[in-house]
Amino acid sequence: MEDVLLSLQEICKAFGETEALAGVSLDVREGEFLTLLGPSGCGKTTTLRIIAGLESPDSGRVLLRGEDMTGWEPNRRPVNTVFQSYALFPHMNVAKNIGYGLRLKKTPKEEIRRRVDEMLGLVQLPGFGGRMPNQLSGGQRQRVAIARAIVNDPAVLLLDEPLGALDLQLRRQMQTELKSLQKDLGITFIYITHDQEEALNMSDRIGIMNEGRILQLGKPDEIYERPQTRFAAEFIGQSNIFTAEVAGREPNGTLTLLYAGGVVKACGEGTPGERVTLSVRTERIRFGEECRYGFALTGIVRAHSYTGGMLRTTLGLSDGQELIVSGMGGGGDRAEVGETVHIYWKPACAAIVERGDQHEARA
Amino acid sequence: MKRARKGRGFPAAGVPFLLWTAFFVAIPLIYILCMSFMKRAATWGVVAEFSLGSYAKMLSPAYLRVFGESLWLSVLTTGFTLLLGYPFAYFTAQLSPKRRSLALLLVIVPFWTNSLVRIYGWMILLRSQGVVNALLIALGVIDTPLKLLYNFGAVLVGMVYALLPFMILSVYNSISKLDPSLTEAARDLGAGKWRAFWSVTVPMTRAGIMAGCVLVFIPSVGLFFISDLLGGAKTMLLGNLIKNELLTARNWPMGAALSVVMMAATLLVIGLYQKLSGEKSLEGIV
Repeated sequence: MEDVLLSLQEICKAFGETEALAGVSLDVREGEFLTLLGPSGCGKTTTLRIIAGLESPDSGRVLLRGEDMTGWEPNRRPVNTVFQSYALFPHMNVAKNIGYGLRLKKTPKEEIRRRVDEMLGLVQLPGFGGRMPNQLSGGQRQRVAIARAIVNDPAVLLLDEPLGALDLQLRRQMQTELKSLQKDLGITFIYITHDQEEALNMSDRIGIMNEGRILQLGKPDEIYERPQTRFAAEFIGQSNIFTAEVAGREPNGTLTLLYAGGVVKACGEGTPGERVTLSVRTERIRFGEECRYGFALTGIVRAHSYTGGMLRTTLGLSDGQELIVSGMGGGGDRAEVGETVHIYWKPACAAIVERGDQHEARA
Repeated sequence: MKRARKGRGFPAAGVPFLLWTAFFVAIPLIYILCMSFMKRAATWGVVAEFSLGSYAKMLSPAYLRVFGESLWLSVLTTGFTLLLGYPFAYFTAQLSPKRRSLALLLVIVPFWTNSLVRIYGWMILLRSQGVVNALLIALGVIDTPLKLLYNFGAVLVGMVYALLPFMILSVYNSISKLDPSLTEAARDLGAGKWRAFWSVTVPMTRAGIMAGCVLVFIPSVGLFFISDLLGGAKTMLLGNLIKNELLTARNWPMGAALSVVMMAATLLVIGLYQKLSGEKSLEGIV
């Protein structure tokens, strides 16, 4: 692959009986913003700590520009971490905190002062050098933590849920700032979060993690539109997940499937007669009978739930199953409860997240 | 407004405390202070006559030597308890919760036995036919028993032994509160293990170090039974001196004056602690 900077190869790690990582492999490209997204306990923080050298893997290798750095002490690795708790040194002022790494490298005093000032400007905290960490707000501490890491010019910057402790508005603002900082400096970021919006918004690529594995790695829109696993479909966005039986394949490659007494269409792999699990995003379902994609399902409106920007409509299908459709609720042309409606979706919006054979293998 | 006025008044609930303080702290202290400025009676007790005699007497070389020796022993005791206690507390804090409580229990268990008895235990270990000498002879390291008891070293060993738990517990208290991500951050930013320890762990646990030093130093100035038992007649410390003046020589003004000086020295140490640690209350050492 082109420009691989950091490479994880089959990393396994267990803490006592608990398996934290079960074979994680990952190639990180030079200059990219890569996010590991997953629920707490999925192994994303352990992955980060192994890259930083704060944890050593039971097996597997960590390569940086092709060089094996698995056994290196954390202080020898050209990576720096922004910790979840910021971990600013409480007994040092902001300038001392930021200059810590430079002082260890025996950088001349003048140079340190210049670089620290430059960093303070970069994170928009000019003149804050003399403050102590406990005199700063959460957002300011966050900026200092970032400055303290990037002042060392790391090959990779590791960020462990850096915005987790901030309120929503500040988080949005910091997302934008971080992203532009990353672009301007051209530093490779490995970013950890359990917040899907954050991941989709900031990343060049996202790795979905669960139970110590990377389930899917791809661009945000790939991850969102074409989830490959049921977990990815459920964890990001809101999906209707249901099983259907493959009926056949059309000449253009689209699958036709039997579902709820009707026919639906999807893109993906499947053999006739096989039962597969489909995921359709709630906002990708459209109302109408038009036959652009050659199929439509009939349902009865059971309930509406209004969530501000979006209106979520629960439909009851003929065989008793339910589907959720979300759309702009403001138009006023919404179907009343009890009304019969028709729905359809673009076949490419229905992803097969589980196949029959996988079903059996699990059971 | 009402609230502020209320706060300034003395609450009724504080009266018992005030009485307690008056009877058990203030009055005895004033009594001692007054007595130190009086003269010794020919037979028993004191004569109510102002005198600086006791304080003047303290400037004689014999007394100054006791002061010096006491101070030196206290400094050494504090130093050694820190040297032994800090690593112990540091490694205890890294243990699993189960082992950690076991280690702390081992520190506390000796308190369940009378300290006098424990010091007698040291006499059994250190005397000429004692365990240590017997062991060294059996191993062929020495031929004749070493004189391990009744000297400055024995007193130092006893003091360090008796006061070590105070150091361990106060240092442990602040090490266990240390956020491990701070040392990790230091390592991550390029510090080796030692560098991270000296630049982050030690400064971050300074409060515990200071508290431990105060908790060890202050009692070590006044402890007398350890030097009585392990030091023989040769090692005279401030605590012994006060005891002798009051009980043996029956020179109460002298004993009182020595107590006043010791108290002043103690206050000086606490003041120094407050200044150095930046701590305004003494909560850190309790």
